[in-house]
Amino acid sequence: MNSTSTAAPIPQITMPPVSWRRRVTDHVMTGVSVLTVLLVLLPLIAIFGYLVFKGIGSINIAFLTQTPKPVGEPGGGMANAIAGSMVILGIASLLGVPLGIGAGIFLSEYGRNRYGDVVRFVSDVLNGVPSIVIGIVAYGLVVMRQKHFSALAGGVALAIMMIPTIARTTEQMLLLVPQAIREAAYGLGVSRWRTTLSITLRTATSGVITGVMLAFARVAGETAPLLFTAFGNQFWNWKADQPTAALSLQIFTYAISPFDEWHRQAWAGALVLIVLIVGAVAAVRIAVRHGTLAGA
Amino acid sequence: MSNQALPRPRFNAPEPERGTKAALKIETRTAPLLQGKVSEIPDSLFGWAMRVCGVAVVALLGLIVYQLVVGSQLSWHAFGWKFFWQSDWNPVEDQYGALPFIYGTIVSSLLSLVIAVPLSIGVAVFITEMCPIKLRGILSFTTELLAAIPSVVYGLWAIFVLVPILREYVQPVLAKTLGWTGLFSGPPYGIGMLAAGVILAIMIIPIISSITREVLTVVPQHQREAVLALGATRWEMIRTGVLRNARAGIVGAIILGLGRALGETMAVTMVIGNRPEIAKSLFAPGYTMASVLANEFTEASGDLYLSALIEIGLALFFVTIVVNALARIMVWSVTRGQPARSVA
Repeated sequence: MNSTSTAAPIPQITMPPVSWRRRVTDHVMTGVSVLTVLLVLLPLIAIFGYLVFKGIGSINIAFLTQTPKPVGEPGGGMANAIAGSMVILGIASLLGVPLGIGAGIFLSEYGRNRYGDVVRFVSDVLNGVPSIVIGIVAYGLVVMRQKHFSALAGGVALAIMMIPTIARTTEQMLLLVPQAIREAAYGLGVSRWRTTLSITLRTATSGVITGVMLAFARVAGETAPLLFTAFGNQFWNWKADQPTAALSLQIFTYAISPFDEWHRQAWAGALVLIVLIVGAVAAVRIAVRHGTLAGA
Repeated sequence: MSNQALPRPRFNAPEPERGTKAALKIETRTAPLLQGKVSEIPDSLFGWAMRVCGVAVVALLGLIVYQLVVGSQLSWHAFGWKFFWQSDWNPVEDQYGALPFIYGTIVSSLLSLVIAVPLSIGVAVFITEMCPIKLRGILSFTTELLAAIPSVVYGLWAIFVLVPILREYVQPVLAKTLGWTGLFSGPPYGIGMLAAGVILAIMIIPIISSITREVLTVVPQHQREAVLALGATRWEMIRTGVLRNARAGIVGAIILGLGRALGETMAVTMVIGNRPEIAKSLFAPGYTMASVLANEFTEASGDLYLSALIEIGLALFFVTIVVNALARIMVWSVTRGQPARSVA
């Protein structure tokens, strides 16, 4: 307290000294808190370390271009699983993204009322449904009707998981767009639907895309809902109504197998999966910032 | 907010003579906006299309419930409530009881909470209250990175790294020191309930800690200053000024983590051992509701078998919905209306 004496002198308050016990408790708890951070960072570093270390050692051209070899034969790869994952995710995005964005537009532009609240609550609830349960639903919806497993069923399952996330983030991003911009458009005689699509949604594009990528990254590594929808496949398959391999499924099958060769490939697959997810997200982010979508 | 009520604007400026260059210029510029009557049909069509999307979300939930309820009818009629407290799971004799799976789900989730809660609160407290600003961004980014790893990759890591560590180092020590409780006895396989609890804990720490962090950030700064002004040490300030105020939100964060742990499938399936038995020891293999679905759904040959599995799915669905709804309400009560951020 070194306040200069322009006004009345400030009375000096002397705090009672902090007792030895309280001081030690303070230091101990600070230490404990730092320790928890280290304990949490440890597995993170370990997981990434193992992934890179084990994965890079097992990735080669064959892994990226060949289909799996039968048990016992060395070599082979996961090319068909990488392609299958892309097909399934493509179907999921085609189904889930428009519906999710539509629901987001509804929530922000038409849903500032009780109906909107219901949809908002339901999408939060949907977000918490275990992925394996979504798998059962897609099985009942698609697989039971078609009588066989398919990429389409896997896509439907993943789309169901994407919709609530996309809807809620789209809503939040659209709400950030100032009301005045909408009114300016109305003032020019632009109709409401044009305003929503070309003014509001366009202003919020980068935020909406971030939400879509968040949903995409979340489902890209999903395994549980694909177990009994896409099912997996040892061979190339481009037909949407046939069982299809997926990277995550292949990692699971190989990880619980008793063969060393397959274990190595599982690590490589895991590394490829993470690189693909991070790559896809980064690519879209960059496209939003610089490319065709810039300024949107 | 609709523009339909507003009259269309009219220009009162003197109009240039028709056919001159100036008139053409104005006409072409204003034509799309001002000329003619704008049809209202596209507007209402668009509005209804968006409403359909909104309804579709609700319909999705309805569809999920419908599929699960219809699919589990057979098993419900065969076993009734008995299904949930019988521990006999025997596909060969068509006898199904879900108790071992319910037990496994509850025990592995609670175990993961016991490990994860103190750690996540510690991390959240460190990031919001103690950490230098520069480190703050990096730390919250890395903890969120943990949430972006797919569950099957966690499982892979658990099988080849975590399980051997547990088997060689952790389990012998636990057996020696705490073996008398009965919780840590039996052969140390590595694989089992303990491994499932640990990997689940690693997976839910990012969720609990990031939501706790959000809740702690909302606690007003003057609360902290008031407690410090009374002469409290930093820890006393955190305990009485911050944590106590954020109690409801922290409990909400924990329950949200629980919801995630209950439904987590792949990583648990890979390390829990998959044996439908109820054992007191955490070293023993177990089974969870989600992992029995993952393992047996495609192999379910009989109709009753499939139906019993779907009933487990239905039970899992209801439990997670209740848990999640509870958590959201608690987090909302603190952050006031801001939706709890979903953590991918």
